[in-house]
Amino acid sequence: MLNLTVMQTASNKSEMITALREIMSASSILSEPEELAPYECDALSAYRKLPGLVLLPDTVEQVQAILKLCHARKVPVIARGAGTGLSGGALPREDAVILSLAKFNRIIDIDADNHTATVEPGVRNLAISEAVSHLGLHYAPDPSSQIACTIGGNVAENSGGVHCLKYGLTVHNVLGLKFLTIDGEMIETGGQVLDTPGFDLLALMHGSEGLLGIIVEVTVKLLPKPETARVVLAAFDDAEKAGKAVTNIIAAGIVPAGLEMMDHLAIKAAEAYAQAGYPTEAEAILLCELDGTEAGVNEHIATVQQLVTDAGASECRSSTDEAERLRFWAGRKAAFPAVGRLAPDYYCMDGTIPRHRLAEVLAQIGQWSTEYGLPVANVFHAGDGNMHPLILYDANKPGELEKTEEFGGRILELCVEVGGTITGEHGVGMEKLDQMCVQFGAAELQQFFSLKAAFDPEGLLNPGKAVPTLHRCSELGRMHVHGGKLPHPELERF
Amino acid sequence: MADIDLTNRLQKAVCAAHASGQPLAITGSGSKHWYGRTSSGKPLDVSGHRGILNYQPTELVLTARAGTPLSAIAEALDEHRQRLGFDPPYFGDGATLGGTIACGLSGPRRPYAGSARDFVLGCRIINGSGEIMRFGGEVMKNVAGFDVARLMAGSLGTLGVLLDVSLKVLPHQLAEHTVRLQANYCEAIAIMNRWAGTPLPITAMAADGQHTYFRICATPDDAQITADKVGGDFFEEGLSFWKDLREHQLPFFDDERPLWRLSVPAATPHPLLSGTADADWFIGWGGAQRWLKSDMPAKTIFQAMRASVGHATMFRGGDRSGEAFAPLSEPLLALHRRLKQAFDPAGILNPGRMYESL
Repeated sequence: MLNLTVMQTASNKSEMITALREIMSASSILSEPEELAPYECDALSAYRKLPGLVLLPDTVEQVQAILKLCHARKVPVIARGAGTGLSGGALPREDAVILSLAKFNRIIDIDADNHTATVEPGVRNLAISEAVSHLGLHYAPDPSSQIACTIGGNVAENSGGVHCLKYGLTVHNVLGLKFLTIDGEMIETGGQVLDTPGFDLLALMHGSEGLLGIIVEVTVKLLPKPETARVVLAAFDDAEKAGKAVTNIIAAGIVPAGLEMMDHLAIKAAEAYAQAGYPTEAEAILLCELDGTEAGVNEHIATVQQLVTDAGASECRSSTDEAERLRFWAGRKAAFPAVGRLAPDYYCMDGTIPRHRLAEVLAQIGQWSTEYGLPVANVFHAGDGNMHPLILYDANKPGELEKTEEFGGRILELCVEVGGTITGEHGVGMEKLDQMCVQFGAAELQQFFSLKAAFDPEGLLNPGKAVPTLHRCSELGRMHVHGGKLPHPELERF
Repeated sequence: MADIDLTNRLQKAVCAAHASGQPLAITGSGSKHWYGRTSSGKPLDVSGHRGILNYQPTELVLTARAGTPLSAIAEALDEHRQRLGFDPPYFGDGATLGGTIACGLSGPRRPYAGSARDFVLGCRIINGSGEIMRFGGEVMKNVAGFDVARLMAGSLGTLGVLLDVSLKVLPHQLAEHTVRLQANYCEAIAIMNRWAGTPLPITAMAADGQHTYFRICATPDDAQITADKVGGDFFEEGLSFWKDLREHQLPFFDDERPLWRLSVPAATPHPLLSGTADADWFIGWGGAQRWLKSDMPAKTIFQAMRASVGHATMFRGGDRSGEAFAPLSEPLLALHRRLKQAFDPAGILNPGRMYESL
């Protein structure tokens, strides 16, 4: 169990700074409130907290020394990449240091023969693809923040993107990692090979949200860029028909590179923002991207057009050139900022469901939307069942954030109820701790803690994130009651 | 196929073993009993725990009990023109899903489609304390909690008894061709890596010193065009060739000497070890997996591979009381021991099957 009692006082904070100055330059140690302010939140800006200190090391040796120091003094360490995370995984605490990996931005090696790149953790996702583009290669996972987010953060969150259905998540595209444990020990797992002896620590590190180790080097797999890509854009007067189209495509044995759905509100917002040519009267649109060789793509495009028409599409267009393909995507890619113009704030959810439950889940969200008086725009990675309902609200109205959080929590719990999960790709972080109590029982949570302790016995790495304490779960007011039984009958209720 | 749930019985057995400290040797059909180190526990037979629990073709997900025969799964998938993406070797007719995931082995398709662990979406296990737990789920994307489900793949039953496993499945492609070109090993490595850098729909590449083999799976036109591009001759026995390679039934594998599996970056030059003949080698996975038949001492091979960037496994044969997998560095081994302790505090699950001290 996490059991942190160390709180930094002014005097031991200054002692800490003195010790850190032995390790790194003063300019890499931020301690004044105005310097700390930019680090007070990640992209989930509803939660904010000033950190005790922010450290910006630029060598692995410095990181090792920092970890040894923090370990000795029992100071919590929160790793941070670009701060684009959407679940508060990098949310500071005042008794902790933020360990920024931003200066680790070098591409160490590109191996053109073996199709791998070895990079430091602060290298931006898109920078990898840019660096290998001349070789006809790319790094496949493309989270929407790919211009800014770092590969270290991608590993920590096991980031997805719109091309997951065909190309997988970060875990499917990383071959090797070097990471430091809390005592500064370097662990190397994987490399340029397709497997590694022993336990699959590589898989375990993905999505571990900075709780197990500090990633200092990442080796990724590079894939050949597809010869061509084309998109089918189909409009529907009913979301259920769009869902049927998705089912038809998968049943026909086609694995699209991307398969995205947007609902009426999202379509209208995106069209107003990006002028992508979307039919704004549609209840749902589907974007189906096929990539590969010319011959393969053209054969599949014809099939997909037929399948969406069979499902009842009111309109169906296929991109004929690259400019048109990009225009079809422009609306989807701008969906979040576009929806952001509809209300002062929006709250992005991230549940995954079995696809065949889509219609009922959307209907329930619609009903709650009316009850709460909070509009919802739905953007959906339809191929892999990952939903992003965007709840529109106004944080300046008293009580509206709390209402939004409650609504969001119910959506996530609904995802679990229909056989899905509370987070597809954004992580648990600080945000979804309560829903973790719904997703997992006490035995699993306890197992997570003992697994964590195998890496970090004192619980100093990103404490309080990703896995809720059993105590928290037992105190949680909003618990799901299945068949009259509380999820944790073995726990005392307070 | 019978649908039998032995969860309670298996849990009782693990609880009893946990209480008494009696080591257990988890067994399925025994098709891969020779893999890893010899483990001397009391047999815990999970092969009776079988049945497909959920298969919805258009969700691309299948969940089955660990004792379900792979053949039954393949049959169910085939009815809907789908398959297991990682092309698992059976190494015996009775091969079960649990054993397949616990061994974490993948077939010729692995570099292009992914490995056993890549396709694991979730599982239910009994840990070494006899607790039943579920990790992951039945959806493609899921980052709630540590990824214990994928950690189970390849852990050889040392962390938990698999009860059921959910896998992502893939559709069959419409057309499949195999072509082969004459090439020695050095030429083959160069050719395979050249094609690996292109977006052609190639799903397997291998070389036997005389020929390089390419399997192409795509839509009919695409498959034809790709075959023409790669060149060489159509290989009529392609279908059986890839299956025999996967199952180690090619003549190459019929040998008394220990069989080594060397995992290396695909473009690593041949041969990896001096003092070997071309006939001792077979190259799979487009160069990333090299099979070697050799009587060389295990230590020599492990050491030679440590100097390179790959690793060696004594795959079949040899002294199974020594280490079968590449020795881990001290900090890494220590972390493994702590993880083992976290899942199996009494050390009763397949002790010694992976490493002597685990």
